[in-house]
Amino acid sequence: MILYIELERKLMRKLALSDEILLKIEKPARYIGNEINSIKKNPDEVDIRFAMCFPDVYEIGMSHLGIQILYDMFNQRQDVYCERVYSPWSDLHKLMKEKQIPLFTLETQSPVKSMDFLGITIQYEMCYTNILQILDLSQIPMLAAERTEEDPLVIGGGPCTYNPEPLADFFDLFYIGEGETRYPDLFELYKSNQAAGGGRKEFLRAACKLPGIYVPSLYEVSYQENGQIASFHPKYEDVPATVKKEIEMDLSHTCYPRKPLVPFIKATQDRVVLEIQRGCIRGCRFCQAGMIYRPTRERNVDMLKECAHTMLKNTGHEEISLSSLSSSDYSQLPELLNDLIENKEQGVNISLPSLRIDAFSLEVMKKVQDIRKSSLTFAPEAGSQRLRNVINKGLTEDVILEGAGLAFEGGWQKVKLYFMLGLPTETEEDQKEIPRLADKIARRYYEIPKDKRNGKCQITISTSFFVPKPFTPFQWASMFEKDEYLSRARIVNEEMKEQLNRKSLKYNWHEADVTVLEGVFARGDRRVGQVLQKAYEKGCIFDSWSEFFDNQKWMEAFLDCGVSIDFYNLRTRDTDEILPWDFIDCGVSKEFLKREWERAQREEITLNCRQQCNGCGAASFKGGVCLEHQN
Amino acid sequence: MAAELHLSKEVSALNIRIKFQKYGVMKFIGHLDMMRYFQKAIRRAGIDIAYSEGYSPHQIMSFAAPLGVGVTSDGEYFDITVNSSQSSQKSIEALNQVMAEGVFILEYKKLPDTAKTSMSLVAAADYFIYEKPEYTSIFGELQELSEKVQDFYKNSKEILITKQTKKSQRELDLKPLIYEMKAIEDSFSRRGLFLKLSAGSGENIKPELVLESFCQFCGIPYDPLHFQIHRLEVYAKLDEIPVKGEKERESYQKYLNHLKKVWKQEGKRFPEFLPLGALGRDIPDDSQICRLEKTMTE
Repeated sequence: MILYIELERKLMRKLALSDEILLKIEKPARYIGNEINSIKKNPDEVDIRFAMCFPDVYEIGMSHLGIQILYDMFNQRQDVYCERVYSPWSDLHKLMKEKQIPLFTLETQSPVKSMDFLGITIQYEMCYTNILQILDLSQIPMLAAERTEEDPLVIGGGPCTYNPEPLADFFDLFYIGEGETRYPDLFELYKSNQAAGGGRKEFLRAACKLPGIYVPSLYEVSYQENGQIASFHPKYEDVPATVKKEIEMDLSHTCYPRKPLVPFIKATQDRVVLEIQRGCIRGCRFCQAGMIYRPTRERNVDMLKECAHTMLKNTGHEEISLSSLSSSDYSQLPELLNDLIENKEQGVNISLPSLRIDAFSLEVMKKVQDIRKSSLTFAPEAGSQRLRNVINKGLTEDVILEGAGLAFEGGWQKVKLYFMLGLPTETEEDQKEIPRLADKIARRYYEIPKDKRNGKCQITISTSFFVPKPFTPFQWASMFEKDEYLSRARIVNEEMKEQLNRKSLKYNWHEADVTVLEGVFARGDRRVGQVLQKAYEKGCIFDSWSEFFDNQKWMEAFLDCGVSIDFYNLRTRDTDEILPWDFIDCGVSKEFLKREWERAQREEITLNCRQQCNGCGAASFKGGVCLEHQN
Repeated sequence: MAAELHLSKEVSALNIRIKFQKYGVMKFIGHLDMMRYFQKAIRRAGIDIAYSEGYSPHQIMSFAAPLGVGVTSDGEYFDITVNSSQSSQKSIEALNQVMAEGVFILEYKKLPDTAKTSMSLVAAADYFIYEKPEYTSIFGELQELSEKVQDFYKNSKEILITKQTKKSQRELDLKPLIYEMKAIEDSFSRRGLFLKLSAGSGENIKPELVLESFCQFCGIPYDPLHFQIHRLEVYAKLDEIPVKGEKERESYQKYLNHLKKVWKQEGKRFPEFLPLGALGRDIPDDSQICRLEKTMTE
């Protein structure tokens, strides 16, 4: 009679959490695994067990493409079982601490501390306390120096590792650069070290010689009296002095997951994500991604067509999104989009973020979107042409107004504008130009005769505060105090009220507390790590979530540790200063960054990589856009 | 080509009722997420589902009776409209190929043209409530439990409870809404209560409500975590004709008579309640069905 009980008996899969806990907490589906396309293996039949972690809540972590790529790539190896782990939400966090339940992987529900590796992707500064939460709940010592042979090797990757120093104390090693290339070597090394009876120490000493691998404990830093770095060097002669980023030069013949995971609960990215290219030719001076992913490399269009079809089939997703830093620069975009639209199955949507607004893109958007609901997005980043030249954002007012005009005549009414405040050389005039530009766009809308337009237009201005990032021409720039940021936002707000079409304009800005912290951790050195630990001890966690962020605790943590925020944020660094991340070679030379920093002060633009080679240094990788004009 | 033509059949509407089981860790997936799950699963399985008209077309799909988080089931139903379909067996295979562990498709049946969606038909549901093995038993021996059920259900005139709704609370007599209640033990020696309860748009009785009342009656402390609730089946009531329109009612009555005849031929008594799935018929092997409008427009 009861067929299901027979099935239940066959299921050997036990959960790490009891029914009692799972029925009490929010969204238990975050913790049970079993998702479509998750990988089931017998852990006893592999040599290496790897826990891959995104240190934020499940719905965010599951949306990350990088982990999906590595999860697929690792699990294709017979000798590796890669499982996933995400940050337990605050409700479960409390229960796990109370009941001393060790953090577990989703696939086999095994303790993270029993793994060989714990890999953590580090995507933004405000997840740093969540990294400590992962270690804490896993019952792994937070400090790498205190770990024993029983503990997993904790390895970090992702964009924030281009300045790994604030996290240096907590990681055994970092993988600098793109994950596709060096993990096979790392795994082989791990196995041979095990076979030879070697331990952590021996493994780390050998691993640091692999390209792209940084083992912080093998380097020493000393400081001058003024707080700046006096020296940074390896402790031993056989340890490399610089670590060069890893890069996958052939994106068309490398692993890309054809069967991405499909969560049960709605993730932030509830769609197929198709990365069409890596890198960006534009060279905006504030943008870290535009520098560290150089040179721009495209994926072959036939590969992408095949991927799109297969991934939609294997996931059942109703939407596919093209992903890249600037999709309009993908040379085969028309061919790809035509294929997607023509072979589109019923019920499938195509979403096109980061498209330049022009006749072509508007025509495509008309085919794939509901015009009445969708909005146009422009990211001028700065209000005045002067400041746009400083940041090398090659978007002019004419181009914006022309794009908006075309769109308005095509039936669109909503426009979103993104800007940054606190950019180098920014004046009050530059700030006031932000709402003035928005007003000009609104005026363009009301040029359309009343009977041909559809009521009011809606122009939404959003500003964020600029945070200088390592390996950008602005890495030497000074930031501002919290109150200064807010007063700049107020200037924008006041000026908006002066505009003719103020009733069609809306302005959103953020609190500045987080900006200040991001500044410290983006460009900090090893000495700021203790602040992270202190803040976590005080209860800071999920700092990117406004409902959890507690600035008071952070300020106390800085005070307790005697670390000055101003030292990191409120000074223009000298180009001769030793920067914490100088030991990393990301392909773009410091000479180039200096040149760009100087050109910025002179308000001179630099042409993009397709127009002219600017000698940034990435040509040393011998591929991508650097070789295009030679063909 | 000729063979295919011979086998394919054209019909005006093609509504399918799907029955599935939900067990294991899937009991933690809520109703709305199950709907999302099936939307994607149906695409993965290549079922030729029909989409609604308009700017944001969605799959035509409706679920019978939502299942609470934590409850397992042998009898979940949803209806879909398809443009064309393979045989029931092939469709079940295709769907089971793409299921997550803990969801298993049992039936895929074509509904008569006039049938309403399963949601509007639901009249009753069967449950088995047993004690989770990790807890010590409080139900006692089967005989003992049987006697308690006898006192609670059979020997009582009314079973009064207060039902909490969103806005108010009201007194409710459970007795007429419990169609059947007995103590049972399955082949794995799990002891518990079998319940047939009123469900659907009339008076929807959650099994927890009966369980709580029963525990109170017996003087057993009620801890919801102690018990596993398992749905066995969902039923339509047969004395209400669930279709609109004179012609449709007639047609439905005819279909019902036909069903009754079939049951009689098979030597079975026609019950008061009919499992939702019994309203449909299997699409035979080696056949394909197409929707008429679909083939005409193409």
